[in-house]
Amino acid sequence: MSDRPPVLTMTAISKFFPGVRALDGVDFRLFPGEVHALMGENGAGKSTLIKVLTGVYGADAGTITLDGAPVSFSGPMQATAAGVSTVYQEVNLCPNLSVAENIFIGRQPGRLGSVRWREMRRRASALLARLDLDIDVGELLGNYSLAVQQMVAIARAVDVQARVLILDEPTSSLDSDEVAQLMRIMRQLRDEGIAILFVTHFLDQVYGIADRITVLRNGRLVGEYPTAELPQFALVEKMIGKELDTLERLDERAGRDRAAVEAAAPVVEATDLGRSGSVAPFSLTIHRGEVVGLAGLLGSGRTEVARLFFGADRADQGRLAVDGRPASIRGPIAAIERNIAFCSENRRTEGLVGELSVRENIILALQAARGWLRPVPRRRQDELVRRYIEALSIRPADPDMPVRNLSGGNQQKVVLARWLITEPRLLILDEPTRGIDIGAKTEIQRLVVQLSDDGMAVLFISAELEEVLRLSHKVAVMRDRHLVTELANDESLDAERVMRVIASGAEQKERDEA
Amino acid sequence: MSTTELTGRLARPARWRLPRRQVPVLVSLALLLVMYAIGVSQYRAFSNIQVIFNVFIDSGFLLVVAVGMTFVILTGGIDLSVGSVVAMTAMVSAALLREGMPSALVLLIALLIGPTLGFLMGCVIHFFEIQPFIVTLAGMFFARGLCTWISSVSIPITDGFWTGAAQERIRIGENFVTVSVLVTIAVVAVAAYTLAYTRLGRNVYAIGGNPQSALLMGLPVGRTRIAVYTISGLCSAIGGILLSFYTLSGAPLIAVGMELDAIAAVVIGGTLLTGGAGYVLGTVLGVLVLGVIQTLITFDGTLNSWWTKIVIGGLLFAFIVLQRLLGFRKK
Amino acid sequence: MSDWRTRLPAVTGHRLFWPVVALVLLLVANAIYRPSFLAVEVKNGHLYGSLVDIVRLSAPLILVALGMTLVIATGGIDLSVGSVVAVSGAVACLYISRQPDQNSLGSVLVALAIALGIALLLGLWNGTLVAVIGIQPIIATLILMVAGRGLAQLITSGQIITINSDPYRMIGVGHVLTLPFAIVIALAVTLLVALLTRRTALGMIIEAVGGNAEASRLAGIRARRIKILVYVASAACAAVAGFMMTANVSSADGNAAGLWVELDAILAVVIGGTSLTGGRFSFGGTVVGALLIQTLTTSVYAMNIDPQTSLLFKAMVVIAVCLVQAPAFRARFRRRRSRGAAPAAPVGENRKEQVAA
Repeated sequence: MSDRPPVLTMTAISKFFPGVRALDGVDFRLFPGEVHALMGENGAGKSTLIKVLTGVYGADAGTITLDGAPVSFSGPMQATAAGVSTVYQEVNLCPNLSVAENIFIGRQPGRLGSVRWREMRRRASALLARLDLDIDVGELLGNYSLAVQQMVAIARAVDVQARVLILDEPTSSLDSDEVAQLMRIMRQLRDEGIAILFVTHFLDQVYGIADRITVLRNGRLVGEYPTAELPQFALVEKMIGKELDTLERLDERAGRDRAAVEAAAPVVEATDLGRSGSVAPFSLTIHRGEVVGLAGLLGSGRTEVARLFFGADRADQGRLAVDGRPASIRGPIAAIERNIAFCSENRRTEGLVGELSVRENIILALQAARGWLRPVPRRRQDELVRRYIEALSIRPADPDMPVRNLSGGNQQKVVLARWLITEPRLLILDEPTRGIDIGAKTEIQRLVVQLSDDGMAVLFISAELEEVLRLSHKVAVMRDRHLVTELANDESLDAERVMRVIASGAEQKERDEA
Repeated sequence: MSTTELTGRLARPARWRLPRRQVPVLVSLALLLVMYAIGVSQYRAFSNIQVIFNVFIDSGFLLVVAVGMTFVILTGGIDLSVGSVVAMTAMVSAALLREGMPSALVLLIALLIGPTLGFLMGCVIHFFEIQPFIVTLAGMFFARGLCTWISSVSIPITDGFWTGAAQERIRIGENFVTVSVLVTIAVVAVAAYTLAYTRLGRNVYAIGGNPQSALLMGLPVGRTRIAVYTISGLCSAIGGILLSFYTLSGAPLIAVGMELDAIAAVVIGGTLLTGGAGYVLGTVLGVLVLGVIQTLITFDGTLNSWWTKIVIGGLLFAFIVLQRLLGFRKK
Repeated sequence: MSDWRTRLPAVTGHRLFWPVVALVLLLVANAIYRPSFLAVEVKNGHLYGSLVDIVRLSAPLILVALGMTLVIATGGIDLSVGSVVAVSGAVACLYISRQPDQNSLGSVLVALAIALGIALLLGLWNGTLVAVIGIQPIIATLILMVAGRGLAQLITSGQIITINSDPYRMIGVGHVLTLPFAIVIALAVTLLVALLTRRTALGMIIEAVGGNAEASRLAGIRARRIKILVYVASAACAAVAGFMMTANVSSADGNAAGLWVELDAILAVVIGGTSLTGGRFSFGGTVVGALLIQTLTTSVYAMNIDPQTSLLFKAMVVIAVCLVQAPAFRARFRRRRSRGAAPAAPVGENRKEQVAA
């Protein structure tokens, strides 16, 4: 492969944002007929690199060549025209248009400015047949599953004679069958000579398909490696860097005192709780002082379980008991009244009110519980806010700063503070450490341990198995919207075993087919 | 695992959802037929074909304006300036004709002002990302202000071309239509073709479906967005000319609130207010529904004109709730 | 330490800076054109003068705009206020006109109560459509904007109802303690609403709902109730404004009463710096905005220009204000100005958005 010249090279690319060095002298190359995984933690600069490549941002330094000729795209459209197509994580197509139209819009076959629908449909069918996808191209795209939409997006991308195909986290919302289908298409396209840049968080997918891996960290290039020569552990180490040590220190907590927490009184007990179309009925008990980890891939139903406990979505099957008494949780208010708190994975859309100050965001839940007629007295506000800014070391420590000006980690702490001042007995954390820097991550993990030691029950959701294993007393595994099994977190449990359960799904029957 | 099996599972769309897109249009069609049937059963004169032609004659200008509005609403925008632009066009024509300018030149100028204003509004909306609602509100103030600036009283039109166009009767068998009706039909035909068969038209739908995606798919979002407001301005200008044919004058306070009728017609015609779904033919049905209501109330004689507003309000409510029930939602 | 260099941006950056400057400029222009403009005198124990007139005439607009501010703060909009003005005025006048003694304070109060009650129901209707059925506010209130006009005409039977009631007239043209009663009412309502929102947690909760509805729901805020509440409040404000407008002329015209007022009110709110997308709101700004609009209208009258032509000026003000507030416009402007100079460093979100997206 290396004897052929690369189709794409990026040399010494730098990109600065005010106060931030998003990319610093990064090199990247892509050969025809290879799948090249671009790896890195959140904030490593993967997305920025792709955006520089496709012309969304201009590079502050460095050169890009395509087939040896220097290029500088003004935007995704020009990049596409030059043969560099991108498929994004959220399917960026129009659900209100037909499949055929989604593939061809902007370059419909036509004559004298008139779109020829029949010709377009015929060509769309032919194109999808090449990807082994047999669907009605006249149907509205929105009526198909996300996976099909994703593949239609790929079809659109490759139809423009793409030589470089960028797949930016295409698999995060797909189930494993769908992922398999996508991988098959990727292999096929690779064999046709297309160069594929693949961004994903799933290591097994990388090792399943990538020929070569480039690792970024904090905007810098760590290195480029043939997949075969880079063991998984080494990859993780290169992605995380030195900070791994900091995390390891917490690892001593593994094998926490399970006997004690299981003897404690249960805080919540779900029995066959479920919501059709969202998550199959499951049973789960969380005791006082217990951390229950919820593992599973994105889209496996982790978040949905959390939302049912909190009443963010209403359960339509099963029972829920809080402190041994049956509870019907019809909405967040009912949950809050029962001292349940929920930090959503989407800080910006479901957590914070960006315009409001740190102070207002912190007291929001407490204030909501008191009703608008009884404002939290200013002095008490100041005291609470000061205490939690200090305890969680929220920076900058300015209570009146609009919360949107804070960094991701500090925003996460603000959401945490909001719930901690309500003194919850069950704290549900959905991906609390995603997209935040490593320091804040460690602090939040420590906090979880401390809270549970103080008797709080915690439901901890994370895509990172290591993190789940490090913190939890027991791990519940989700797959395909089923809670497959509960695993006690003892010496015998490791990431690989959890991974196997996630992958195989044990002997779970698909009982809610109807 | 066999691939065909997998695609079979993945690729099965919910079949029953398909006709839902057409439900609002079918409902307005049914409504129109029912109302017409009521009219025919109650009033003998209603069965005269001329009644239908008269609906076209009386609301031709509204239909043209509503067609322009359809373009805007399909992109998820709104244009509040149409009523004022209609009035402004009629006013400018009347004023220029009074000055003795040749009618062809007046027609040209009158037809240019509306699209120019629309173009400018589109530019502000696109380049400065200000809500269409507030920008077209400013356009509405501007055009209305211009009307009274030209003259605070009605200006009659005596120009030969105008009076000719107003009085010309084109016979169809026993009945007749006016020049305005032909213009209206032409506008509807061109608009329907544009939306269904040109890239511009398809881009309009794409932007209404998901503007972010449209941008990433490389569609000319800005150009299209500016185009729809220009088109709406042009339709308002044509509507203004037709209105001046109809009234043979330019009055500063004519067509106040026409934007509401136009929006109502578009909604009753089944176009989704959030954009992305709807047809010009639906808008035609919507205007006809409004026209037939008006006719029914006129025929009745005991009902007063304000019932029209109340009924339109009720229909708006019914159709918007219908859209909700059918589960059309913007993510 | 803090010389004008550091203080100036703090003053010019305040969201009320430009509206106040515009208001002052307009007043100065009027004073130059007509020096008697600024004169205020006491005649028969009543305050008179152009400035007093402006405040008195802007009272209804201030009221409507206050309600509109709350609605807009939740991310909504209320197009139906003009119709509510017409309906409430019509109901009150109709009831009074049917009384044997139109001067009876009791029957005027009953009329006001009935009309206010109906307005509250209309507000409840709007709020239900928006918060319970989930229709976009602009569309939901459009329904009542269209149908309400018809309703008002239905109530007045298409006529102009003329009444002869001194207590009712008082609302529009009466005086209390030398001040025009309308000003007193507007002031009282403004204070009441300000106290209700800022002394309780209501204001913050409204801003939270407008800033991020889903996050507010998950924080346990009853967003639905809050939304219904603001539409009801808006209708109530519009009703009081309707009393004032009809009392001014002692007659109710279902067709003309409150025409365009929704647009003026939205304009006042926007000029006052409350964003149309919801979130932070400012009553002070809204009042300044309403005064600015009324001053503009009065100036146009005073300069013998056709009142409708003032729409031209309004159009320009709308565009100017929106452009000044639009981030896209500011960004362009700033980029041009600061080229070469070191850019300030807003760290944090910017970066996150760009890197994590």
